[in-house]
Amino acid sequence: MSAATAAMSGDRLCPRDEADVAETVRWAASEGRTLDVAGRRSKAALGRAIQTDFTLELAALSGVTLYEPEELVLSARAGTPVAEIAALVAGANQMMAFEPMDFGPLLGQKAGAGTLGGLLACNLAGPRRPSAGAARDHALGIRAVSGRGEVFKAGGRVVKNVTGYDLPRGLAGSHGTFAAFTEITIKVLPRPETVETLLILGLDDAAAAGAMSAAVGSYYDVSGAAHVPGDVAQTLPALAGIGRAVTALRLEGVQPSILHRRGKLEALLRARGELAFLDADASRAFWLAIRDVLPFAASGGGEVGGEVGGEVGGATARAERDARVIWRVSVAPMAGARIGAAVRTVGGRCFYDWAGGLVWIEMPCTEPQASLVRQAVSAAGGGHATLIRAAAPVRAAQEVFQPLDAITGALVRRMKSGFDPAGVLSPGRMYAGM
Amino acid sequence: MSGLVMPAPKADLLARRAEIVAALRQIVPGEGVIDTETEMRPFESDGVTAYRQLPLVVVLPSTTQQVSQVLAYANANGIPVVPRGAGTSLSGGALPLADGILLGMGKFNRILDIDFENRTVVAQPGVTNLGITTAVADHGFYYAPDPSSQIACTIGGNVGENSGGVHCLKYGLTTNNVLGVEMVLITGEIIRLGGKHLDSGGLDLLGVIVGSEGLLGVVTEVTVRILRKPETARAVLLGFPSSEAAGACVAAIIAAGIIPGGMEMMDRMMVHAAEAFLGAGYPLDVEALLIVELDGPEAEVNHLIGRVAEIGNGLGCMTLRASTSEAERVAFWAGRKAAFPAVGRISPDYLCMDGTIPRKALPLVLSRMEEMSVKYGLRCGNVFHAGDGNLHPLICYDANTPGELDKAEAFGADILLLCVEVGGVLTGEHGVGVEKRDLMPSMFNEVDLAHQQRLKCAFDPEALLNPGKVFPVLHRCAELGRMHVSAGKLPFPDIPRF
Repeated sequence: MSAATAAMSGDRLCPRDEADVAETVRWAASEGRTLDVAGRRSKAALGRAIQTDFTLELAALSGVTLYEPEELVLSARAGTPVAEIAALVAGANQMMAFEPMDFGPLLGQKAGAGTLGGLLACNLAGPRRPSAGAARDHALGIRAVSGRGEVFKAGGRVVKNVTGYDLPRGLAGSHGTFAAFTEITIKVLPRPETVETLLILGLDDAAAAGAMSAAVGSYYDVSGAAHVPGDVAQTLPALAGIGRAVTALRLEGVQPSILHRRGKLEALLRARGELAFLDADASRAFWLAIRDVLPFAASGGGEVGGEVGGEVGGATARAERDARVIWRVSVAPMAGARIGAAVRTVGGRCFYDWAGGLVWIEMPCTEPQASLVRQAVSAAGGGHATLIRAAAPVRAAQEVFQPLDAITGALVRRMKSGFDPAGVLSPGRMYAGM
Repeated sequence: MSGLVMPAPKADLLARRAEIVAALRQIVPGEGVIDTETEMRPFESDGVTAYRQLPLVVVLPSTTQQVSQVLAYANANGIPVVPRGAGTSLSGGALPLADGILLGMGKFNRILDIDFENRTVVAQPGVTNLGITTAVADHGFYYAPDPSSQIACTIGGNVGENSGGVHCLKYGLTTNNVLGVEMVLITGEIIRLGGKHLDSGGLDLLGVIVGSEGLLGVVTEVTVRILRKPETARAVLLGFPSSEAAGACVAAIIAAGIIPGGMEMMDRMMVHAAEAFLGAGYPLDVEALLIVELDGPEAEVNHLIGRVAEIGNGLGCMTLRASTSEAERVAFWAGRKAAFPAVGRISPDYLCMDGTIPRKALPLVLSRMEEMSVKYGLRCGNVFHAGDGNLHPLICYDANTPGELDKAEAFGADILLLCVEVGGVLTGEHGVGVEKRDLMPSMFNEVDLAHQQRLKCAFDPEALLNPGKVFPVLHRCAELGRMHVSAGKLPFPDIPRF
């Protein structure tokens, strides 16, 4: 088969184990072929749109290889579904504390399709990010195959480890462009016994940022702080009947502690606006919606069941998705509201997580949106903006990830040529020509 | 120094010393360049005093521009550079080189920005760890990582070593608390990574900078997150008749879903040493003592203290005391925090090791260490960050007795190899430096180390930054760059393809 026909047919290579992965990458390097590194392809539409000769699909490298709840540690092969791991650790009253988001609903895919490898390759996190960290903060060790087709390991299986460079962290967010993970060890933590959410109603974005800052900076261990402006709140079933902007503060832990903290927080915030509550069930539904960006989920996205990796809905659903793009912006928490103001000038909508620092934006697919968003980020004191959902041509025409300055860009290119000198692994997924 | 082989000094650099000193004085005028033996003497070692070496010259820059120019000059002239914070490293990370510049960052001692609304502090690297907490304490905030040397160690050094402390299990190491850095590359180029926002939106370069032991660049500014100081903190002392029972208690606390702010274990020898040193009120009849600290909202802390007490009682603890005042809590910790000086009183010298093990391996590791103690004829006490499995054996020796340092080092190496053997690692928080450098192959094979070094090559292809540290053998980058591939057919013709 020639490379050209392989590319056109989008061939999938499905190695059975780590040795297969290494052999396949070595072959590709020697033959000048390119591989798009994937788990179960649930996030294939994330990143720059690229064409490779083959997709290297790691779904067969599946299964938990070590789980010791009393040691707070779990190892699994990279293709293991995140949902399987979440269910296993929940059985021991534990969790992945960084609350990894599921991109499925947002990208028009099934929910629950992501793999552990994809989770680290995309450095996923959720509403607990400010207090608990992201995937990067919970990855203890990796085994991986670099673009040289060599198997290497880094890190270990213990929580506290400074032996050698922290490659598990360094490769978090590398989107498969440096190495294909084959096995990952993560830290797990006890699940909170219960959860409640204190709501402040009717605040504008700036007032909400102030309230969230006061709450997160208080003694009362707020483990989630999100603000949903009125236009978005109306579309969220978890907030049905409220009809106004909602600023949500999550309290997790043991019941006596939550009662205590709720009382204190009420006293702290009462002057800022009308208060309301979500009980445990309503809280879980609300924070799942924030985590998975359900207010902007594609119609039909997030259904459970059916074949993984397949697009949900038909051409209409796709056209609907493509008409409005999704951006994810991270700035200093108090600067978030400025991003929201900027995107509203062009008909965009947004909501905020991470006490205001994470801005999820849905806006019309018109030019020049990238410069508008990135200029707003720069004017707000810096951060990063990623184009999360857009039609392939849109993702091919502009920088999807926050552009690197010249010096850092050159550094990253040198790293890439060290790990993947032949440019085998997902070339162009993050940055053009790399 | 005992058997440690450092890169051989280059004769041409030694010969050009006067010229190099003069050139550096052009960049850093006045007292910022030190070249007399007397004045360089304080820089000859760090916290690992067994290793000493006078540098070629000491440079103490005070601006990022100066750092940039010094590094560019060093790069152009092939001069090695060893960065140094406060010199409190416990792995010899700041050990100078005879032909190298010792770059002291002590003059970078200002806090640049305190932002309570965004909960961040921007500090120069020479600010002490405790200095950050002190600067924000009035407002009820603190910087969480608290290495024992926090009164002296600098935030720049913490970034270099990814320093920990007793509160890591709940609040993370340095890496979990650093949001951004400004850094100078060996070329003199200045980059900024991160800021007041979270994550990088792509590749996590900051993640590899933290803990890179001064081999990738020189950090000139650090942004950290600060946290609200917990409303309440209370500690429980639990004494056990065996380390197994104490270990079981640690496991049971975590299994109950409790993550204490700190959870420390001391063995009999350390309990006695600490008690003799400052009379903390520790029970002397126990084989293992646990200090479990719960912090957070008052109602939660009181609730959890009750649960920890139940667990301890259920596992046969001999002593159980919960602190009822802040003074009592501080007293519980005083003995643990004085563990090192306490050992200093009963032994002329000691080596502090720093392996991490899976907690369940503790009884095995302790009993094997006792055997080693007999074999080497050296006493060894243990303090243990029990929550995260980080072990600090303190090996007692007398440097004035010929051969004892070598024996102590061999004992220490055996302990670390044992840590690796049971699934742990060589260093939990002190870093590899020179101390554990030659043990790296016990944990990593050549391919693993080559991948780590490829990262190094991207930052510092001529290996001028802190050479002789971390890597047992530093390959030439050109050599590492080669890729050996043999053209072939698609392997495993039977693997599924769709």
